[in-house]
Amino acid sequence: MNIAQKPTFVLRQRHLLGIEGLSRDEITGLLDRAEEFVELNRQIEKKQSTLRGRTQINLFFEASTRTQSSFEIAGKRLGADVMNMSVGSSSMRKGETLLDTAITLNAMHPDILVVRHHASGAVDLLARKVDCSVINAGDGAHEHPTQALLDALTIRRNKGTIEGLTVTICGDIAHSRVARSNIILLNTLGARVRVVAPSTLLPSGIERFGVDVFRDMREGLHNSDIVMMLRLQRERMNGSFVPSSQEYFHYFGLDERKLGYAKPDALVMHPGPMNRGVEIDSSVADGAQSLIREQVEMGVAVRMAALDALSRNLRNA
Amino acid sequence: MLSDRRPILLTNARILDPSRDLDFAGDLLIADGLIRDSKRGIGAAGVPEGTEIVDCRDKIVAPGLIDLRAFVGEPGAEYRETLASASQAAAAGGVTTIVCQPDTNPPIDEPPMVDFVLRRARDTAIVHVHPMAALTKGLRGEEMTEIGLLKAAGAVAFTDGAKSVTNAQVIRRALTYARDFDALIVHHTEDPNLVGEGVMNEGEFAARLGLSGVPKAAEIVMLERDVRLAALAGGRYHAASITCAESLEVLRRAKETNPNITASVSINHITLNEVDVGSYRTFCKLAPPLRDEADRAAMVEALTSGLVDAVMSDHDPQDVETKRLPFAEASPGAIGIETMLVAGLRLVHNGEITLMSLLKAMSTRPAELLGLPGGTLRAGSVADVIVVDLDVPWVLDRAQLKSKCKNTPFDEARLQGRVVRTIVAGRTAYEYV
Repeated sequence: MNIAQKPTFVLRQRHLLGIEGLSRDEITGLLDRAEEFVELNRQIEKKQSTLRGRTQINLFFEASTRTQSSFEIAGKRLGADVMNMSVGSSSMRKGETLLDTAITLNAMHPDILVVRHHASGAVDLLARKVDCSVINAGDGAHEHPTQALLDALTIRRNKGTIEGLTVTICGDIAHSRVARSNIILLNTLGARVRVVAPSTLLPSGIERFGVDVFRDMREGLHNSDIVMMLRLQRERMNGSFVPSSQEYFHYFGLDERKLGYAKPDALVMHPGPMNRGVEIDSSVADGAQSLIREQVEMGVAVRMAALDALSRNLRNA
Repeated sequence: MLSDRRPILLTNARILDPSRDLDFAGDLLIADGLIRDSKRGIGAAGVPEGTEIVDCRDKIVAPGLIDLRAFVGEPGAEYRETLASASQAAAAGGVTTIVCQPDTNPPIDEPPMVDFVLRRARDTAIVHVHPMAALTKGLRGEEMTEIGLLKAAGAVAFTDGAKSVTNAQVIRRALTYARDFDALIVHHTEDPNLVGEGVMNEGEFAARLGLSGVPKAAEIVMLERDVRLAALAGGRYHAASITCAESLEVLRRAKETNPNITASVSINHITLNEVDVGSYRTFCKLAPPLRDEADRAAMVEALTSGLVDAVMSDHDPQDVETKRLPFAEASPGAIGIETMLVAGLRLVHNGEITLMSLLKAMSTRPAELLGLPGGTLRAGSVADVIVVDLDVPWVLDRAQLKSKCKNTPFDEARLQGRVVRTIVAGRTAYEYV
């Protein structure tokens, strides 16, 4: 299959900072492009030259294994020179160094910066100080656009469409950038979105996000096509937001029984990394209805699509 | 730039004196640092020789503003603001009296510190400066300061600045003890535990930005506690910065039975709302945070009714290092002393509040609360007077502001009206040319 001959999909904006602001057509365009990369990635010869000569820097202020390696592979398969900079937040004097780092890196003329930061809005701030394209690889509890895109791609490939599906997102909605990006994207593509969580893990004003809100898994999962589980950080399950991981699993952990409330052909997703036995039972995570491994595969394709689309806007492109 | 103290006649002005609810066309004569007379037709003939005659046609003349709450970084944070720079900004904004806050480094919690500030102000500032002293030693919220001696040294009120005292017993004792000295306790009403990690108003907008919210209850709970303790103790209590419509209900109930309770709102909370945070604008990160539009409108209404007594600037200079950060990591605070009047004029031009109500909340009421001279144009009063052109349109450029820090939420704002002359104790401290 010759990808180069297809009409080139271009994003209108220089950066990919969030799902918010992307049109339906832009989202669909990215997903279509990603489909092509899925095929490419399954071939023996995976290398493209779209980004040849380009420099991509992965700047991670927050630890990440899968997202960072996914972006690295995506960039390399498109021919870019990829450099990883992991800056543990402890060794950084927080934000001022964020801008210092941005200015320093900018002077090295990268073409694409992939940035993850623990503070909401940090990637936005950084993007204003650099000349290159910036991809948000997760900022605080704000957005994680490539995660939402890879989730959408996974759903679309398994269900054929997203429009009309009932997608239920369960867990720590309050602190989740994955939830925010997914809610916006799924609503844009016409899914019915539900959230299920204990009230302490629901952000104030969630009912105005275009979602149906549930506090009970049985009601929330009823008739769902997709069950999307979120990770619960350890520090939030010791009495601060929920009393214990045991109680959380009892009421909100996805096991065979609770999955039974959803449609018989419901599919299970998780952005990883999983806390087995906290938000999801191993039997479900590894079971026939699980899409979790496929999500990882789609991640590379979606990131290639994002890099590819943004690269068309680069200087001398 | 202090001019000599020759007499000044402001002629052909529209004179507003909120202390007497007077609004009339006339002249105002200033001599020997005092207001001599204000009436229609003093005229150039009836003034002492050498009087500077200022034509104030199409302008208003009003008492100089008294800013109840301004952070000045002296001592300890002179890079942020000094008494000199704050006073320049104040004069340019029509503020003739600054009430500076005790959360300096070291804090103003002992009489020599009050003395230091007063002497530094005398030597370097071009407007009046009165310090508030700390309510608790080291601002730690544990032991009360020497309220009697500090007051004798010149402290006009007692507060822990932007910190709330969480221990109810400490507040109760302080109110009880302060009553014997007729000292005013000013308290920041934000429960730090309920604020938690919060950085902006809790609600949909914060949730969309992925920012932790500060619930309104953080303020309401603390205010409710305070007014009950004030009733118990009997001292004079002032809520430093209220922001929520529901706080007004608490205040209304408290004021019905207790005349010793008063409250302020900051200029930011009557002119801006949470939406101004936009995409993580740290200049709009404040403590307490900007609330929603209904809260803002309720605050303005409460000024008109007098339920909220005063408007203050909540002036808090923050430099680039503490503001050019991700929103959650940036320091809260905005400068405001130079822009509080012109920002407030927006409300006047929009018809949300009368000019008289606004001026009263920025001059007469603060003077009454602290027992300071000023806030009036009565003959014999100190000549703290401003001349304002209500209509001149301009665009604010933060680089032009006189504060050492430029963290204004009104950068590039289109404004209507500006201060053209500020007279402090009979001398012209600022003139717009």
